[in-house]
Amino acid sequence: MDLFRSQVLICGGTGCTSSGSPELIRLFEEKIKEAGLEKEVKVVRTGCFGLCEMGPIVIVYPEGAFYSHIKAENVEEIVNEHLLKGRIVRHLLCREAVEEEGATRSLDEVDFYRKQKRVALRNCGVIDPERIDEYIAFDGYKALAKVLTEMKPQEVIDVIKASGLRGRGGAGFPTGMKWQFAANSVDDQKYVCCNADEGDPGAFMDRSVLEGDPNAVIEAMAIAGYAIGATQGYVYVRAEYPIAVKRLQIAINQAREYGLLGNDIMGTGFSFDLDIRLGAGAFVCGEETALMQSIEGKRGEPRPRPPFPAVKGLFDKPTILNNVETYANIPQIILKGADWFASMGTEKSKGTKVFALGGKIKNTGLVEIPMGTTLREIIYDIGGGCPGGKKFKAAQTGGPSGGCIPASLLDTPIDYDNLIAIGSMMGSGGMIVMDEDNCMVDIARFFLDFTVDESCGKCPPCRIGTRRMLEILERITEGKGEDGDIEKLETLAKNIKASALCGLGQTAPNPVLSTLRYFRDEYEAHIYEKRCPAGHCKKLLKYTIDPSLCKGCSLCSKVCPVGAISGEIKKPFVIDSSKCIKCGACQEKCRFNAIVRK
Amino acid sequence: MKSIKDLEAIRQRTLEEVNLRNDRHGIRVVVGMGTCGISAGARPVMMEFVEEIKRRGVQDAMVTQTGCIGVCRLEPMVEVYMPGQEKVTYVLMTPEKVARVVGEHLINGNPVTEYTIGAAE
Repeated sequence: MDLFRSQVLICGGTGCTSSGSPELIRLFEEKIKEAGLEKEVKVVRTGCFGLCEMGPIVIVYPEGAFYSHIKAENVEEIVNEHLLKGRIVRHLLCREAVEEEGATRSLDEVDFYRKQKRVALRNCGVIDPERIDEYIAFDGYKALAKVLTEMKPQEVIDVIKASGLRGRGGAGFPTGMKWQFAANSVDDQKYVCCNADEGDPGAFMDRSVLEGDPNAVIEAMAIAGYAIGATQGYVYVRAEYPIAVKRLQIAINQAREYGLLGNDIMGTGFSFDLDIRLGAGAFVCGEETALMQSIEGKRGEPRPRPPFPAVKGLFDKPTILNNVETYANIPQIILKGADWFASMGTEKSKGTKVFALGGKIKNTGLVEIPMGTTLREIIYDIGGGCPGGKKFKAAQTGGPSGGCIPASLLDTPIDYDNLIAIGSMMGSGGMIVMDEDNCMVDIARFFLDFTVDESCGKCPPCRIGTRRMLEILERITEGKGEDGDIEKLETLAKNIKASALCGLGQTAPNPVLSTLRYFRDEYEAHIYEKRCPAGHCKKLLKYTIDPSLCKGCSLCSKVCPVGAISGEIKKPFVIDSSKCIKCGACQEKCRFNAIVRK
Repeated sequence: MKSIKDLEAIRQRTLEEVNLRNDRHGIRVVVGMGTCGISAGARPVMMEFVEEIKRRGVQDAMVTQTGCIGVCRLEPMVEVYMPGQEKVTYVLMTPEKVARVVGEHLINGNPVTEYTIGAAE
């Protein structure tokens, strides 16, 4: 293999290719040859760097100089200055990559991290999840040792109760109470289950905990087993999380090998073992009764409650079911005490919450914040705001069961009760940010579409009602909305909420209700004016050319795939709406901003 | 495991390895290998660290993996813990960047500032 002293990496991802990188590659090769450097410098076409908005991107190694927005005319300068003379062309460097004095080098100093408080995620990103020894080094299994040797089962439940921990799966039921009910049930066999069937679109908190710190969940489940008197546990995790499943299985095997699972744990006489059950990806199996049916090998359908699982759950035995994140908090509550945990958060919601930030936000990722942090802090201070300077419109929490929070409520402190009060819910922690380009009617339609797909079909309100709602929403987004549609949606929503069998159906209308509450004007614009204010709903859009701005360059008519644009050179062009398929190609190409989308 | 004493023994044994303060001994290179990291290309980065450390004969260095560090948009991320130094977080890593980090940082003790999170922010 030839050795090169320097490599020029040019992004050949879809984004950079469309912003002109193939031409750059050709030019670099040409100029490098001209300079006689072809034996020393290699031009490499790479995959996407993930910063498509700064494309085309060129990186020169070994210096790692990161050039952004490179144009054909810059190539010669880079070749002559950087490759030939070894001087980095600083004015072409990506602005953010330019070094400054006292540069930040550690993640801990970045705003994204400083506002966070890591409890459930404390080991994620720190330890090797496939080595139980590292977990033990960070006080792992110490909480289990403590409860087995120093505490009675009731004392464990009392600590959890006093901590104020509430279920992190979304509904926010007090965990200590749940454990108490199961402990009070008398039976020869009880079960501890973990819900890792994370199905909300955009949510990945549980996956990250299982991938990053599986032993915390195992330890907590053993503690729960001791507290309620169970000897067997099941983790129900979706098969779409192969890495999480693999690491959890490794952790279980290592814990068994060390005698931290199995018979007579640490010589205390307490026995507890754990098995994984894979879910096939049905959203409804995240509902507790459906999940237990699925573990039993039956079709995943919910059943009426009561009896509650704490009385009659898995295999008709008393069962507790907690979410991954809930469990991840338990060992530290035992070690550091209920008061420590209760000192974080708000009056009724203690501790921290993990959120998966996604959508139109700069810092897509995983954050853990104390309860009571405001939405503004999460979105702007931690999340970095909407990219491209776009205006924030709403944040969606709680997935298909939750709602949209508008900009006017950005200063609401996040906790279970506040979110319910403003028409959303905590949910498992997905947070999808939307900017001015998102149509709220279409968002509601998207979530209803999801629920209709995922409805198990057992109860009519959910099976038929959500479909009727979806049909109305589809009509509205297609410009066929009628007077009275909003009222019909409201009536259906009210009835479905009151009569559906399980949480999936009862909460399915929430996205519609919350968008109606805060963005009713958008619904009305769709129905009465046949117009989409966000410019998103294709059927309601119309592309026109502003004759005062059009220079008649004909570029638009050349890119139009259906030949809908015509005109004479140097005179304003026109778009034939009957032919236009609203692809937007003309608008992208127009150099004079003459094409208007309305 | 027979007793809590055994647990404590494992804890003590591993503690020095995972000591994240700057009074630690030895170098710890931690590669983020959650789903986000792996899909962004963390595996070849980790392999390259192992290879480069071997090639350059760096003593007392350990390459290990961890879960999601949280800043998924900057994956693959690598954190380097050196004795007597604060932790350094490298972002958007590629196998090509590894040689410089090993040479300048692990061997010579100078973090490669332009690859760090501060430069990307």
